[in-house]
Amino acid sequence: MTLQEGTAIVDVLDGPPAKTRRSLVGTGKAGDIVLRVIAGLVLLYIFVPIFVIILFSFNKPAGKFNYTWQGFTLDNWANPFKYPALAQALKMSIEVAALSTVVAVVLGTLLAIALVRQRFRGNKAVETFLVLPLTAPEVVMGASLLTLFLDLGWATGFGTILIAHIAFEISFIAMTVRARVRGFDWTLEDASMDLGASPARTFFKVTLPLIVPGIVAAAMLSFALSLDDFIITYFVSGSTVTYPLFVNAAVKAAVPPQINVLATAILLISLVLLAVGTLYRRKRIDS
Amino acid sequence: MAGGASSNRQRSKIAPYLMILPALAYLAIFFVVPFWSLFRTSLSSSGGSVYLPTLTFAWDFGNYAQALTAYQDQIVRSLTYAFAATVISLLISYPLAYAIAFKSGRYKNLLLGLVILPFFVTFLVRTLAWKTILADDGVVVHTLGSIGLLPSDGRLLSTSWAVIGGLVYNSMTFMILPLYVSLEKIDPRLLEASKDLYSTGYRAFRRIILPLSIPGVLAGSLLVFIPAMGDFINADYLGSTQTTMIGNVIQKQFLVVKDYPGAAALSFLLVAMILVGVLSYTRALGTEDLV
Repeated sequence: MTLQEGTAIVDVLDGPPAKTRRSLVGTGKAGDIVLRVIAGLVLLYIFVPIFVIILFSFNKPAGKFNYTWQGFTLDNWANPFKYPALAQALKMSIEVAALSTVVAVVLGTLLAIALVRQRFRGNKAVETFLVLPLTAPEVVMGASLLTLFLDLGWATGFGTILIAHIAFEISFIAMTVRARVRGFDWTLEDASMDLGASPARTFFKVTLPLIVPGIVAAAMLSFALSLDDFIITYFVSGSTVTYPLFVNAAVKAAVPPQINVLATAILLISLVLLAVGTLYRRKRIDS
Repeated sequence: MAGGASSNRQRSKIAPYLMILPALAYLAIFFVVPFWSLFRTSLSSSGGSVYLPTLTFAWDFGNYAQALTAYQDQIVRSLTYAFAATVISLLISYPLAYAIAFKSGRYKNLLLGLVILPFFVTFLVRTLAWKTILADDGVVVHTLGSIGLLPSDGRLLSTSWAVIGGLVYNSMTFMILPLYVSLEKIDPRLLEASKDLYSTGYRAFRRIILPLSIPGVLAGSLLVFIPAMGDFINADYLGSTQTTMIGNVIQKQFLVVKDYPGAAALSFLLVAMILVGVLSYTRALGTEDLV
């Protein structure tokens, strides 16, 4: 998932739950069929590569490259971590994603709560500023961070990857959490204060429980963003290798089917998490 | 506790600033300052030896002129590819978004889920899959060749079309989603009214649905255009040396050639082109607010 994808996905997740409605738009019978056929073809276009990725995770490649179909095997799935470098890269990606998300969640959430809950000078300016990291081309963000690190004389590696990921995640988390916590019943906070709770107690006992689902969702998306980031990481990684960097290097040397196995596994895990999240959200809305 | 109320009030006055300070300070240091560094670099002249180059800040606008002439081809190509990808993406995403918003009935959530699904496959692996699909000895090339749509020695991989196709694929989902959001918001009563007033379906589409979906068109186009302008993965994986884009040059100049001033100047030219593109586009569609 790239930054822009993250932004688009949040728009939909935060919209009102989709309602089914009776078809009011008369396109006519023929028009209707044409529309459905086109929509189906576009869906097919979206899915063909995903299907190919899953299919080739079962391939028995003849050479170094897993590009042509040779035969079915379960070996790749039995040994997903056959290549230590790939396993190491994935581990590195998960570490970066987890650490950067923790830091970005704290900074981004504080910012989001201040934006929604408090009136202060420059509120609008801060909101506009937050959009910038999400709209700047990633190649320029990577290049600018690298220039800074070169100017400072910092060696690029794990630390600089972490710094870069936190930088793009803060905006993303702040925007996501802000969208989620808007329109909550904040009078509960006043009620808690009126009943004598201190601001800190009110924050931990009232505010936090209200916004935790939004934070969790933002954190999960941010984790996915970090796990998948290639362009920015490429500039600031030095000799540290993350999962996308491993894939990129593999394209030039040898593409093992384990790349497909791990991509499919990540997809499956994401799907499960997405399903759990949706069910949880529905339950909350119902109750 | 005496004075508790007043100190609370005071605390709440500075509280928002305390809350926004850490994040803004972080972004100032690691987002704003880097841009400043990049800007300074773009105006620096390089000296020293090949092995130990030195940069001195010198208001050297020559870097920009040089980048413009040396990478003319890549600049034109990036603009063309990004524009083509945006238009194609809009044309094929609109029917799907429309069908999901108005025709999907109880399958709406399922279809939305399907559209979001590819997000969770690593972007690089997705592009790699297209390399497999479009391969010279792949099914697609064979089929197109046998029905005469492609000359017998024709290729799909390493062509401009492969790159544009990759750009469209990798960005389509974020064209579909904003389009869907804007279509979904349309008040059904407007359509009922148009029907009551004997409007044809086509007229209702042209006069109601299309104008009301413009914010989605705008947001989607920006979400496709901006990353496409800076992309280098699609050109790298699916293209050839004849299809390199600005992103490829920036990446190579920065990480391989280490011509920092030239690459920095090209980065700012890229940002400038995106800004001009975005502003003229928003003006043409007549919307002030972006989302």
